[in-house]
Amino acid sequence: MQFEEIKSLIIEKFPGSIVGEDLVATPSTLKVEPKHLYKVCEFLHANEKTYFDSLSSLTGIDRGTEENLMEVVYHLYSIPYDLHLALSVELSRKQPTVDSVTAIWRGANWHEREAYDLLGIQFNNHPDLRRILLPEDWDGFPLRKDYQEQENYHDIKVKY
Amino acid sequence: MESLLTKSEPLKYKEADLRTEEMLINIGPQHPATHGVLRLEVVTDGEIVVDVVPHLGYLHRCFEKHAEALSYNQVIPYTDRMDYVAAMNNEWAFVMGVERMLGIEKDIPPRVEYIRVLVAELNRIASHFVAIGTYGLDIGAFTPFLWMMRDREHILRMLEWASGARMLYNYIWVGGLFYDLPVGFEERSQEFVDYLKPKLKDTEDLLISNKIFIERTADVGVLDRDLAINYGITGPMLRASGLAFDLRKVGGYSVYNQLDFEIPVGEGKMGSIGDCWDRNWVRYQECWESIKIIEQCVAKLQGDFKRTKEFDPRVLVPKKIRPKAQDLYVRAENPKGELGFFFRADGRSDQPFRCKARGPSFCNLSVLPEISRGCMLADLFAIVGSLDFVMGEVDR
Repeated sequence: MQFEEIKSLIIEKFPGSIVGEDLVATPSTLKVEPKHLYKVCEFLHANEKTYFDSLSSLTGIDRGTEENLMEVVYHLYSIPYDLHLALSVELSRKQPTVDSVTAIWRGANWHEREAYDLLGIQFNNHPDLRRILLPEDWDGFPLRKDYQEQENYHDIKVKY
Repeated sequence: MESLLTKSEPLKYKEADLRTEEMLINIGPQHPATHGVLRLEVVTDGEIVVDVVPHLGYLHRCFEKHAEALSYNQVIPYTDRMDYVAAMNNEWAFVMGVERMLGIEKDIPPRVEYIRVLVAELNRIASHFVAIGTYGLDIGAFTPFLWMMRDREHILRMLEWASGARMLYNYIWVGGLFYDLPVGFEERSQEFVDYLKPKLKDTEDLLISNKIFIERTADVGVLDRDLAINYGITGPMLRASGLAFDLRKVGGYSVYNQLDFEIPVGEGKMGSIGDCWDRNWVRYQECWESIKIIEQCVAKLQGDFKRTKEFDPRVLVPKKIRPKAQDLYVRAENPKGELGFFFRADGRSDQPFRCKARGPSFCNLSVLPEISRGCMLADLFAIVGSLDFVMGEVDR
């Protein structure tokens, strides 16, 4: 199944869910409307023509203060069909929130926690959204482009 | 006074929420059986494990933040420090991604590719030796550990000879290599492989087919295939669960499609498919496959692509690495599983706009609570060891 076929399959099922595409990217990326993301993922996972049974990677990206956008990129892979697909959602930088896909791929649990930890992206319906790499009482989200480290952490100097 | 620990690394469970017979045990982060700085919060009912909560981040070194501030070639040493027992494989995956973005992947000379395969497979054996050796140590077998560390040291010495460093090589560069192999390396590789074969057989006799070892690992920590896929488990763990999935075959990157080797899968010989024994057996069998690959590489490097005076492994190394604006996800088969790098290049700078590392250890560790619920506390360590994670890669 080709990229175009997958795209038309999604558009047929959920009109208005695809807002763009990126064919330069490897693998080709579909830009999905955030409110449709969970449904689209569920469909791609369950549909026997696509059967994206594994989530390779989940990346949160801060696009910076100028564009004022955050982005989450999902890399899906179908083991039986050897298919690659990337989905991306654009979120507002003020309140980046998107539905969690942990219920579909349980491996997404820690990936989403990492995106929350380092970028402050909120995932709705996540079973256990806590910081994962940084300490619980750390200030701010380091992978944001405008991140300023705190002066002191428990009387330990952070900046040097 | 509230302690610092409860503020910075609070427990998920509270004493008050536990049932009368349940007990909360903290294991790590400084514990030899957790293979690095992993902290486990374990709820037990007598000797039965009710739940495990892994706490990570004690070795977090901000790899992704650093990568955004460095040019592509300067990131390579940082990737070495992720899975530090298989550094060649890490840097190769990273370099492959950058080469793909620059569009020079197809132009890499075959001698360079075969050298990369050779050093990566040597490193894979070294990594599996650490995995199997320390696993034996975890469950009480001391001798195999010492024997395997002895044989691993040969590999480290050889890679030191090639790159100048014992564990963190920075040998594979974007577009080529740091240097050609030292004179005599091919012969030495063959010599080493001939030395290793009987030693590997010893390992099987001493550890893998040892009755005590089997009783300790068979039917323990059984990981179902569908669950493994759903969790994004890759590498020997997925293969032990019965799926012949290897990126060297599926993706066929580099020259792997010209090499002849098998994919060992777990068959449940001693218990059920996907138990701790199967995982170690798959790793053990992969050492034999790596030996096959090394022998083929050595033959090629002495035959079709042998050393010439004109050969320069740096001929394609770009002066300035500035890929066009694009997203790229690249993945490679590491000893632990699928190592993926996601790049976003903005086309204006020689630094990645975003560089995310998807470590196999990170994903493989996330399944731990799932497969250890209901097991005995002593078996928890048998399971933890069989996952073969490296905290440097989990925390990055």
